[in-house]
Amino acid sequence: MPKLTINDQEVEVAPGTSIIQAAEQIGVEIPRFCYHDKLTVPANCRMCLVEVEGGPPKPVASCAMACGEGMVVKTDSPMVKKARKGVMEMLLINHPLDCPICDQGGECDLQDQAVAYGYDRSRYHENKRAVKDKYLGPLIKTIMTRCINCTRCIRFGEEVAGVAELGQLNRSENAEIGTFIDQAVTTELSGNMIDICPVGALTSKPYAFKARSWELKKTETIDVHDAVGCNIRVDSRGGEVMRVLPRLHEDINEEWINDRSRFAYDGLKKNRLDQPYAKKEGKLQPVSWQEALQIAGEKLSTFKSKNISAFAGDLADAESMFALKSLMTQLGVENIECRVDGGCFDPLNKAGYSFNTTIAGIEEADAILLIGTNPRHEATLVNARIRKTWVDRKIPISMIGEAVDLTYPYEHLGTSPKDIKKALKSFGKFEKPMVIVGAGAFACEGGMGIQAAIREAAEALGCIKEGWNGYNVLHNAASRMAALEMEFVPSHPFNVSETGLVYLLGVDNPNFINDIHNDSYVIYQGHHGDCGAHRADLILPGAAYTEKDGIYMNMEGRAQRARKAVFPPGEAREDWAIIRALSDRCDQTLAFNDLADLRADMITHYPRLGSFDEIIPAQWGSFGGNSASVTDTPFKNPIENFYLTNVITRASDTMAQCMEEFSPQEQALEAAE
Amino acid sequence: MKNLFNSFLLVEIVKGMALTLKYMFFVPSVTINYPNEKAPLSPRFRGEHALRRYPNGEERCIACKLCEAICPAQAITIEAEPRDDGSRRTTRYDLDMTKCIYCGLCQEACPVDAIVEGPNFEFATETREELYYNKEKLLDNGDRWEAQIAANLAQDTPYR
Repeated sequence: MPKLTINDQEVEVAPGTSIIQAAEQIGVEIPRFCYHDKLTVPANCRMCLVEVEGGPPKPVASCAMACGEGMVVKTDSPMVKKARKGVMEMLLINHPLDCPICDQGGECDLQDQAVAYGYDRSRYHENKRAVKDKYLGPLIKTIMTRCINCTRCIRFGEEVAGVAELGQLNRSENAEIGTFIDQAVTTELSGNMIDICPVGALTSKPYAFKARSWELKKTETIDVHDAVGCNIRVDSRGGEVMRVLPRLHEDINEEWINDRSRFAYDGLKKNRLDQPYAKKEGKLQPVSWQEALQIAGEKLSTFKSKNISAFAGDLADAESMFALKSLMTQLGVENIECRVDGGCFDPLNKAGYSFNTTIAGIEEADAILLIGTNPRHEATLVNARIRKTWVDRKIPISMIGEAVDLTYPYEHLGTSPKDIKKALKSFGKFEKPMVIVGAGAFACEGGMGIQAAIREAAEALGCIKEGWNGYNVLHNAASRMAALEMEFVPSHPFNVSETGLVYLLGVDNPNFINDIHNDSYVIYQGHHGDCGAHRADLILPGAAYTEKDGIYMNMEGRAQRARKAVFPPGEAREDWAIIRALSDRCDQTLAFNDLADLRADMITHYPRLGSFDEIIPAQWGSFGGNSASVTDTPFKNPIENFYLTNVITRASDTMAQCMEEFSPQEQALEAAE
Repeated sequence: MKNLFNSFLLVEIVKGMALTLKYMFFVPSVTINYPNEKAPLSPRFRGEHALRRYPNGEERCIACKLCEAICPAQAITIEAEPRDDGSRRTTRYDLDMTKCIYCGLCQEACPVDAIVEGPNFEFATETREELYYNKEKLLDNGDRWEAQIAANLAQDTPYR
């Protein structure tokens, strides 16, 4: 453990720590551009120069210099100040003075550090260089003249995203960043390049010129486009979501989010349900809340409880599902279901459907077996974590299911549930192996059998031992874990086509909607006019995830609070409040009057939903059906198109552009040429 | 004795009348016949706002929103998006003249001399609504006063 002194403060750090990291630990700020804690160290911007006493007689780059025993480091000596000014002046030689029209203005590292460490005027009178802008797809806007060649984007692409599409071309004065061939950056994590760019060279295309960082209201909340539960910050202005940015959470998303979470926000402004509708004379017509609730109340009281069913969709928050479940229980309805993707697995054993290893736990694994999943699409940040582990230690990764590009190499062991047994032989013995099975693998009639087969496989591979649970289910719906936690499942299996009154809480899965009987009366509560609303006879407009306070549980079983950033549009209301109002109309008044009451009630029943940001490990047990019943029907990944997975993304123009740009057909055509 | 003398001979009244008569006939008048005559204005006079254009007709404002940020009365509202040619322009530039305190900070913050407080101070209106200026009105002001605004700015340049 080397001990060193930084600005007269003593600090003891782990061996191999660089000076910049040591300084960060004690709160000494060293300016930097190219250094980023999640990426490798190129030491090319030279902004982090410090003086090391007794070291070389020149400033050293603190990001690339490891701490040594007894080092005396100065970060604000005259030598360092002069060096920084020089570096700053050189970086600004070719940087345009276009801060007023630059979207990075106000949150720009170069701007801030030029003010803090630079000269107040330039001595450069020659012509500045100009660099041609590059096309990087519909999400990233480039103004390459602003680039200071820190290479963060290149390193991000190579190291985290796993696509080496960006690179540096030419030398010295002519050095520039670019794609070698003119193409979009084909990674689901491309938006993060915008965040890590310390200048305004890479900015967000959909957000271009829309707002300034200082005029935005920042709301820290949780993402719902997948079940990872990424921590995000929603920036809004005047009741409109302007952009979405990631928030640091080392155990979940580190500091990345995928492009769907980041750019689908324009879907929140389109195709919204902003007032109740009821079907009259075969047509949906606008009605008042009074009337809508009256109709819903009458329907719920007239239908027999056996003839009613209720479903919770992919984006529902725990509170609204709890309210719906409470209402259905009071009405005596047992036909409730949250697995609207057709998932067929044991809902009673928590270990059987959770991501038990935890996302951060992936880094400890020494072998991974993926079954029936494409983590790159279903949970991009889990895939990024797997890739990180692979980059660090080159662990063996195997796959049973559709062969897809996961940005790291894997051994393809088969395609169907039958291959699981065979795969066991070729999969070696490991200390901490992991099995990751996609929720889509269970979305068939034999799901229970597949679950049992995978449980047995996990046990045989040694995934289950003291202090290590390597059995993981990768969900792709944000609501699912909370729904399963509160047992939003039927006591006996039932068929939706046999129920006369169907209550949909934000269910928009086309396959599921098609199963509803034509004569059934459908009440749809949700926020977008998508397939659920099209089928509905009565529409109760609800709030999207940015418009309500809610609790979401991610695939690990980690409950997190989402916060309201803006108000729902028009007449739309928060979902739990709609159900509470509805309960009055069918004489089944629910016991809570506000969100705090509801949460208290919910947390007494299901305490795991109240222990925020904590994972309470689930007990291992025997779950699933008969493993002998597995068939050789190949696994099919549930997500056909990464950019179109839920109502918000389907309403989003940006996502539509992405689909056009990155659609598989087009790529196939290009490959054929 | 002296007081008695002064009051009996009306010395003070005579002095006063003499002064009145002096200003009436011999000193040039300072009041001006306002609508027909006007007092000179400093080139730094902060009157009605205007949005300027470049000589080629292109509007100067680039929607950097610095004026909006610095405005102490929060009188300015700006919305922006890329124009068809990709340049950064405002789609909305609203200035609430009833909120404005005529401090001139918007003019100082502007990096392109787009928003300026011109020499016009005669913009009283009959209704409050007429004082909610939009981009069209401000650009129109700019066009109308450009010659004088440009001259004023040129005169003030050495001191900025």
